Amino acid sequence: MANKIISQMPLPKSISHKFAARNVLTAKDALSMTEFELMELLDVGFGEVASAIAQISEIVCPPCQTALELMEERVRDECLGSRLPTRLRGLDDALCGGIPFGVITELVGPSGIGKTQFCLKIALLAALPTSHGGLNGRVIYVDIENKFSSRRMIEIGAKSLPEIFHKEGMAREMAGRILVLRPTSVSEFTDSGDGSDAAALLWQRPFTFGCVAVTLGIFLLLQSSLQQIKLSVLEHQVKLLIIDSMAGLILGDLEGDLKIFKQHPLAWHISFIKSLAEFSQIPVIVTNQVRSQSCEEVQYSFQAISKVEAPSNQERVESRLVASLGIHWAHAVTIRLVLEADSGQRFIKVTKSPISPPLAFPFVITSSGISLISDEGIEVKGLVINTIHGQGCSEIFASAGKSYD
Amino acid sequence: MEVSGLPVSASQRAKLASAGYTTLSSLSSISSQHLARDLNVSNEEALQILNVVMRTGRFSDLAGASIVAGAQSAWDMLLEEEHNKHITTSCGDLDKILGGGISCKEVTEIGGIPGIGKTQLGIQLAINVQIPVDYGGLGGKAIYIDTEGSFMAERVFQVAEGCIEDMLKLNVSQLKDVETLKEKMHPNTFLANIFYFRACSYTEQIAVINHLEKFVSEHKDVRIVVIDSVTFHFRQDFDDMALRTRLLSGMASKLMKLAKQFSLAVDMIGDAEILLQSGSVFFDTTKGVVILNQVTMKFTDGSFQLTLALGDSWSHACTNRVILYWNGNERHAYIDKSPSLRSQSAPYAVTSKGIRDVVSNCKRIRMM
Repeated sequence: MANKIISQMPLPKSISHKFAARNVLTAKDALSMTEFELMELLDVGFGEVASAIAQISEIVCPPCQTALELMEERVRDECLGSRLPTRLRGLDDALCGGIPFGVITELVGPSGIGKTQFCLKIALLAALPTSHGGLNGRVIYVDIENKFSSRRMIEIGAKSLPEIFHKEGMAREMAGRILVLRPTSVSEFTDSGDGSDAAALLWQRPFTFGCVAVTLGIFLLLQSSLQQIKLSVLEHQVKLLIIDSMAGLILGDLEGDLKIFKQHPLAWHISFIKSLAEFSQIPVIVTNQVRSQSCEEVQYSFQAISKVEAPSNQERVESRLVASLGIHWAHAVTIRLVLEADSGQRFIKVTKSPISPPLAFPFVITSSGISLISDEGIEVKGLVINTIHGQGCSEIFASAGKSYD
Repeated sequence: MEVSGLPVSASQRAKLASAGYTTLSSLSSISSQHLARDLNVSNEEALQILNVVMRTGRFSDLAGASIVAGAQSAWDMLLEEEHNKHITTSCGDLDKILGGGISCKEVTEIGGIPGIGKTQLGIQLAINVQIPVDYGGLGGKAIYIDTEGSFMAERVFQVAEGCIEDMLKLNVSQLKDVETLKEKMHPNTFLANIFYFRACSYTEQIAVINHLEKFVSEHKDVRIVVIDSVTFHFRQDFDDMALRTRLLSGMASKLMKLAKQFSLAVDMIGDAEILLQSGSVFFDTTKGVVILNQVTMKFTDGSFQLTLALGDSWSHACTNRVILYWNGNERHAYIDKSPSLRSQSAPYAVTSKGIRDVVSNCKRIRMM
């Protein structure tokens, strides 16, 4: 809507010509200027500019819906499925049925906690036929850190859904629907000429390649062909997008050099992924790593007074875990699930959700993937909601007999 | 007043200047034909210029006198403020520090970290504005502009149910009233009175805000406009920070105008109240803030501080600024900026029914 052509709008001829003559072609161009700038540029009086802007605005303005209409729409969609159940009953109940379509759901947690396990399971569930509660669609799995394991995925499937996976050829069909994209080399694609061509090539035949490179660079190229991705997602019945992990994709320490990253790569990734989710109405799951930060709480200036009273023993620098993509990214995700370990127990915690209260569910990882110990969530209060516990991770691994270093 | 300050097009201004018309008084007693000949323009255009001059002139004439058109005495403003309505937040403590709730006629900015409950507060206000006048509410409607896609109709339904439940509890003594209320009040009615706009780019966001004036004139019972969040699109896709500042300040002034104007034009009914909900909140302050800290001498701490997004010039745009933050294990709201309210903070809670008071003796289940 933002790129609507002004000359095609029913504006008075005289002013419409002036817009064209001054190279103000789209609504975006016009609305990116203040009225006074336009008066100067178009050489017309305030009244005319104001009425033209009002008209343009009215045309560009997205349609108005009442919340009731939204609700009814949602109920209608419910038949087609508007949520992807995780099959973790407690979590599904908390999220009103599962992972919602059209928004970003984020998994945050220390390494080895089970983010990838969660993703593998979800990918499988989305690929299942609708008769078995799946979405019967393809899944794009962007595997940045080379952690995707087909063997493990099939194992999870066979253990958790034996009735489906013991059917002849089923495992093959299900696994065939999950398309894994791995970054191999940027140059492969950037060197192949015009960026948008590469992007087009990639997205015209994305499913003939078993594995294609997706990197930051490619994502940048893809911006130019957002429309194509949208089409191809719809055309090819892609029902789920998983990015494991977003932090790996963005590369480098974001917080360290905010000046560079603030407006660019991350910023448009956010809009890109968000709009992809929204326009194709598919669930998008991304994972995020953690990094440690000095223990000191980041506060508002008005809180500083109380901070003075706090004992300042800077000698022993404690550190705590925070999500590696900063606060800017955190605002963009609609649902944030934190996977953490505390006192030798793993928890999955709903820390941000428009519908669910902050709940924590203890879980274990078994051969059939993640399973909740209890479907009754523990309500979490206060600061604990946002903290990520990493202690006791090693104990778990030790007891699970895994090797760690 | 100079001609150069007139809201006419640049070429007309140039023509006026070259014909020797530099002050308004030189234009005050001249016929349109005369001016048309002097400027070598059509009679209509000359008439148009004179109209602009007249309108401007009237204002400046009065400015010399003691009574200025459009101005109000402080006493009148005080009287009017007493009639000023507030929208309850459903949390007593929060209402108390806000002077009764979110004030109509003013632009209030609310900010906080992700997951603190900004969207929840926005939804709660969109519901609470509809509480009927008999129950101490405004009986208005709401506009909700969503830029992030985090508005969930199911949640609005839950909050509406919670609100109706509370109203029923209040009136439990008058049984027959409860029956009529039950009939009249259905969560769906509440939902039907929320006008929802989904802005997918900053252009659309600006367009919606430009269009609001017209929309509100068609829906006179709209009493609250919630923008969730103003920041999202403006934090991306911008290379030109000066442009961003210009657009934001233009937007802010339009919103402020909208907040004020309608209470004048349509007496007391249409004064749409703007709640600007600044969503994205702080930079995880690295570079930009370090410089700032040096200036405010907080660099000695060597630490980062949280502050609301969009920069300093934006922080002037809103009348009130409320920051939501974690204080220990409680959610608190702090009045960061307000011309009339004290800077203080109050606890609030987000429950399944919406925003509520903190129940002090609630059982705290802590994670190990």
